[in-house]
Amino acid sequence: MQKALRETVAYTASPPSAGPAQAAHPPVDAPPKSDGSQAARSVQAAVTHALAALRGNAYGLAVGTLGLFIGIVLWHLATTHSVDFYVNFANVPPPVQVLDALIRHLQDLRFYVHIQVSVQRIATGFLLATLLGVLLGTLMGRSRLGRALFYPYIEVLRPIPAVAWIPLAILMWPTDEASIVYITFLGALFPIVINTMHGVEQAPEVLVRAAKSLGASRMQIFWHVIFPSALPSITTGLAVGMGVSWFSLLAGEIISGQYGIGYFTWNAYSLINYPDIIVGMLVTGALGTISTYLVRLGARPLLKWQRKAR
Amino acid sequence: MTEVVSIASRVSAHETLRGSAGRGHIRIDGVSIVFGSGRAAHQAVTSTTLDIRPGEFVCILGPSGCGKSTLLNSIAGYVRPSTGEISVDGEAVSGPGPDRGMVFQQYSLFPWKTIRENIAFGPKVGGRSATECGSIANTFLEMVGLTKFANAYPAELSGGMQQRVGIARALANYPSVLLMDEPFGALDAQTRLMMQESLLNIWSEFGTTVVFVTHDVDEAIFLADRILIMSASPGSVIADLKVPLARPRSLEVETSEAFMELKRSCHEKIRAESLRAFQQQAQ
Repeated sequence: MQKALRETVAYTASPPSAGPAQAAHPPVDAPPKSDGSQAARSVQAAVTHALAALRGNAYGLAVGTLGLFIGIVLWHLATTHSVDFYVNFANVPPPVQVLDALIRHLQDLRFYVHIQVSVQRIATGFLLATLLGVLLGTLMGRSRLGRALFYPYIEVLRPIPAVAWIPLAILMWPTDEASIVYITFLGALFPIVINTMHGVEQAPEVLVRAAKSLGASRMQIFWHVIFPSALPSITTGLAVGMGVSWFSLLAGEIISGQYGIGYFTWNAYSLINYPDIIVGMLVTGALGTISTYLVRLGARPLLKWQRKAR
Repeated sequence: MTEVVSIASRVSAHETLRGSAGRGHIRIDGVSIVFGSGRAAHQAVTSTTLDIRPGEFVCILGPSGCGKSTLLNSIAGYVRPSTGEISVDGEAVSGPGPDRGMVFQQYSLFPWKTIRENIAFGPKVGGRSATECGSIANTFLEMVGLTKFANAYPAELSGGMQQRVGIARALANYPSVLLMDEPFGALDAQTRLMMQESLLNIWSEFGTTVVFVTHDVDEAIFLADRILIMSASPGSVIADLKVPLARPRSLEVETSEAFMELKRSCHEKIRAESLRAFQQQAQ
């Protein structure tokens, strides 16, 4: 009964007929006229906008720096006063010692070898994870069979921490190097698979239909519609995956070797060299942040359309 | 709307625009469409037979849920009829294809492609060269008056502009049939009127067959040569009306006696049908 009423309403909801005056109006959605004064005004607006953004950034930067500074001061006070209130700071080196160790290492070529080796491992593991992750994620997002086949593996393997893989990784792979790369690879793989799958699944049906009616083949639909629409989600997966990859690195580098920033950190612990532990941690954190930023930066040209949407 | 009125003089590839004239003969032969099966089965369209002439502008008018979009989707090839057959120019429809351009209600442009790339998409996937795609894109950008926005992304355009791109994109394949599913339904009343005039101008250039779905009586009368009124449960065409208004039409026509007469007649038919459905449901 309600349905019938609603249908009647739908018919009467048409706009009132327009008089001759209406036709004389310019189109509502016509492109804006650009004369000189308007251009000058838009430049002015852009400058104002840029200044505001800069001020916003400067404000954020100031607060961030201040926050870090307060943290370092607290760290300093806690260690110099050997605070032991549930958390024990007696054996934690103060920031000055850490800075000292960092400066010393930055002058030592071996430290750069540690970094270089780790970066190489991450790059290899991450690249493999990207290739396999995007492929698997796409299969799982597009095909019901693919999903049924791979999803159980992903769900069961995903919660296993990197450290838990150490024994098996050593047993499975021919070299220590391969085991370490495998562990960083696993870290990156799952976020990439999951995000790719969700991105691919969420490709709007209307766009797929539009592409079909324009004559696109299945492959063309994939490249022109499904993949680009999944790209924001894939990028998030890559950025998260890069973080997790660094996160797993230390577990991998415990396995062995003589090099790598994770090995450096773990070795410092064995040698009871406390400032170096923190140096290793901070360098891992910094490299993780930089590489995640690089991933986002790399994807930026492909996501230009998204920023314009606001 | 001077901008669109003068397309004929501005579009350089004018002759090619007429390429679709004479084609676009749609035959719908005993088509019924059932969704689901068993007890959950829902008859969306009941045995419908229609013949749409080449170059004809047909509006399918009906309330939401009456199956008008389903009928359109079956011409587009998205929905397969349960019985009967649909053919365009003698060729049976078996799936979506570039001979039948589709314009959707909204948000159907590829957001990651510029306006130019959106328009050139059909020719591009159809295997045309980059130069050809470029010149086709230019022709249609000019036709819808959006040359300045060629390199913008859809999100930077207003709703009305986006729909103009949608129409240009569908026409860039030179389809014999243009299928439009409530394309102006999401626009504000002002923009919608402009778009209607603009569409008629484009259509007069192209001479392509148009099947246009709407629930707006004024829109249907203003645009169409012929109006098919559909009713819900089960979805079927209950009236097939000629629109006796001369072309070219401008918005003043909406106050004319003939327009009012037809509008009254449409409303009467729809009202009778609504009452019938109402009584049926009350039983």
